[in-house]
Amino acid sequence: MEILDIARSQLLSPTGLSDEDINKALSAALGGSIDAADMYFQSVTRESWSLDDGIVKDASFNLQHGVGVRAMSGDKTGFAYSDDIAMSALLESSQAARSIAKSSGANDMQAWKVQSGHSLYTPDNPLSVLSENQKMDLLRQADATARAADPRIKQVMVSLLGSHEVVLIARSDGTLAADVRPLVRFNVSVIAEQNGRREQGSMGGGGRYNYSEFIASDSADEFAREAVRQAIVNLDAKEAPAGNMVIVLGPGWPGVLLHEAIGHGLEGDFNRKGTSAFSGRIGERVASPGVTVVDDGTIANRRGSLNIDDEGTPTKCTTLIEDGILKGYMQDRMNGKLSNTKSTGNGRRESYAHQTMPRMTNTYMLAGQHDPEEILASVDKGFYAVNFGGGQVDITSGKFVFSASEAYMVEKGKITYPVKGATLIGDGPDVLTRVGMIGNDLKLDAGVGTCGKEGQSVPVGVGQPTLRIDGITVGGTQA
Amino acid sequence: MSNNLEKTISDDSLQSLLSQAVDYAKTKGADAIEVAASNDKGYSVTARLGEVETVEHHNQRSMAVTVYRGQAKGSASTNIVSPEAINRAVDSALDIAKFTAEDECAGIAESDLMAFDYPELNLEHPWEIETDQALEKAIICEQAARDDTRIVNSEGASVSSITTQLTYANSHGFIGEYRGTRHSVSCSVIAGDDNGMQRDYWYTLDRNAKNLQNVEEVGAIARERTVRRLSSQGMKTCSVPILFEPPLARSLIGHLFSAISGSALYRQASFLLDSKGKKILPEWITIKELPHMLGALGSVPFDNEGVRTQERNIVENGVLQGYILGSYSARKLGMQTTANAGGVHNIQMTHSDLTQQELIKNMGKGLLVTELIGHGVNTVTGDYSRGAAGFWVENGEIQHPVHEITIAGNLADMFQSISAVGNDTDTRGNVQCGSILIDNMTIAGSS
Repeated sequence: MEILDIARSQLLSPTGLSDEDINKALSAALGGSIDAADMYFQSVTRESWSLDDGIVKDASFNLQHGVGVRAMSGDKTGFAYSDDIAMSALLESSQAARSIAKSSGANDMQAWKVQSGHSLYTPDNPLSVLSENQKMDLLRQADATARAADPRIKQVMVSLLGSHEVVLIARSDGTLAADVRPLVRFNVSVIAEQNGRREQGSMGGGGRYNYSEFIASDSADEFAREAVRQAIVNLDAKEAPAGNMVIVLGPGWPGVLLHEAIGHGLEGDFNRKGTSAFSGRIGERVASPGVTVVDDGTIANRRGSLNIDDEGTPTKCTTLIEDGILKGYMQDRMNGKLSNTKSTGNGRRESYAHQTMPRMTNTYMLAGQHDPEEILASVDKGFYAVNFGGGQVDITSGKFVFSASEAYMVEKGKITYPVKGATLIGDGPDVLTRVGMIGNDLKLDAGVGTCGKEGQSVPVGVGQPTLRIDGITVGGTQA
Repeated sequence: MSNNLEKTISDDSLQSLLSQAVDYAKTKGADAIEVAASNDKGYSVTARLGEVETVEHHNQRSMAVTVYRGQAKGSASTNIVSPEAINRAVDSALDIAKFTAEDECAGIAESDLMAFDYPELNLEHPWEIETDQALEKAIICEQAARDDTRIVNSEGASVSSITTQLTYANSHGFIGEYRGTRHSVSCSVIAGDDNGMQRDYWYTLDRNAKNLQNVEEVGAIARERTVRRLSSQGMKTCSVPILFEPPLARSLIGHLFSAISGSALYRQASFLLDSKGKKILPEWITIKELPHMLGALGSVPFDNEGVRTQERNIVENGVLQGYILGSYSARKLGMQTTANAGGVHNIQMTHSDLTQQELIKNMGKGLLVTELIGHGVNTVTGDYSRGAAGFWVENGEIQHPVHEITIAGNLADMFQSISAVGNDTDTRGNVQCGSILIDNMTIAGSS
């Protein structure tokens, strides 16, 4: 299997580790009440290039590798890792992880069987596709376009990031799996100034492909113009209203709504422990009819996609909510087992030095029937938000927020004036029951999402069509 | 990529490794170089519902190098601590510096600022317990937190102990190293009633385990904070005074520092642009930076560029005395570094003799904020809008818990309208302050 060969040569060959060695090291993590163990080998190279004040003044390169070992017994996990991928370090980490369970006695390793995953992206290294000068040209082009677009643009910051990751997973049930993951991202941020007032605008995108895609798609110009447009709109933004009102959300990145309102609350670990506001609610109505939300790790080239998750399970399209009814949670292997179900391919970790837990991939709502213009026209008085920063949630109380970065007041079906970004707050199990209209314009975000949970960041995607929500609290200053 | 001929370097010989890297870089054409290595070693254990849940062993190493070819800069980093890996990182950084533009403000900090005689700050206090004993403590902590029938579930209690070593060297011939420990006990539990579930937490953190709060006390506080949130309700939109609990008050001071940090200022991306010498806070407020407090959480003998750290007043009698700068941003602004490459170090501020209770009484009617969520803080404009939970205060007393609200305002106004700072200083961090009372902000609610 080609991917496994790449992974072996990158991760195991340099220190001469064979499959038998891994078998031996993993066996050291088994025994007694340990019912499963795994090893996660990882090597990543990353680079970033940035332009600021019109010049490419900074760039950096990072290389890291290591192996993490987990030993699991029921809901308990022993975890150790090493940046040294060598037999002695593997054995030491296995023994350290093994100490989670006190009882002795050996468990057997199963024979190796290779698990293949999807082919959602190519294994090629995205960092080497363009020369340094071509990378800098991309940055400089975005800078030039942004500055030329409007004389009020005073600052332009452009960044280009890329990474190439090789992972190999070995499990005590004999599964051997590997993945080679490219990831790139291009971002333009600007500050506009008028009469002493300064406002920002930002646009970016990326995914699991390589930098040449940015050239082919004219991203430098597109992102620069969009960032400028946002900043200029914000120069005229008035104070945002405060209070409960009807809102319309644009398609794409505003899908952060779903990520915060229900995404985290539907992660398997919280529901297994009973700490989520959605615990024990499978089969209940949690959203309006017509609302279907999925977590789909199988979309080609997306930032949030994976061929296999970080436990070697091929990713899936998991239906979370169907026609408003809660259907299922996102699981990794341990939480799936403890919940009498299976992993949904959502076991992820930030690196070999972090533990695995259920995480999202690409979380989005399916398209509905309405024309987006019709949705806007239906609003007598409300708030229309098309761009957001990020959000956060308390999965126990269910309260979540997301912060608008470009928004408008709507009166009698028409946009009247722009307002400053305000934070919107709602209740997860409640907000989707207030979805009044669902647009037919499903869009996924451009590839800029990073999700944080318990100190670990992973790349994710979000999406939705235009939505009308009949009542959410807008955190402005105009009471 | 390591190979079986490379041996990784023990923590003791990092100084010679880094100084060898500086020499290597010079031979390969670097005009200036700085290199840093860090290592976090320790463990964290979590118990949940009376049993062990996780035992994690930590050993995280990293090395970062920045080189300059003239005024062109390149950086590289790796987690592999070996002579070969660091030399490869130097090569990568030098390759990058062939392409990046000459920047007249680029370069390492000036040699006369180097902390050649840096002080020992007593930051390392090993905690002589094994993971088994740590687990026992976690179990006892959680037990205390669950000692109430209204506590229906638990996220668990954790005990962790980490030793960090930092080594830095540059081409001025400066080499510095220091080690520090951080120990903590934390606990999070969940209360429930007919109106739903609420969770809260508490933790204790210190460099010396002797100074940690008693584990039963940590559990008890987590329990009380959680239970008091039950039957939380929504609110009507209004404009009232807001009292920020100490951990949240700390975040307000953090926003102030973001707005006076060099990287925001030279990009003119701050609502406090050109504020040096201006009154930005009430005249009774002074904010000090004390980098050399022995054993304190934020203490450092030198900053991330090897620059000598020293005490100063960042704000004095409400007037901004200086910014938060490293050498690059300082040069962009025509100023000198304030030894803040990497951030601020031990912040203390003026406070009154008033307890939180007294502040609540004086406030009369308003909101006591105990939780903030979301990132709605705009450093460019000062616009502030965050999700919140807390307690409605009327007649000088807490009436009931509230939730699903936002609080909004503009930081420039908020800072000027701080009417009191409590004596309930939260010492569990780099920035230490008490409750902060702000005259007026807008609360948006669902009712």
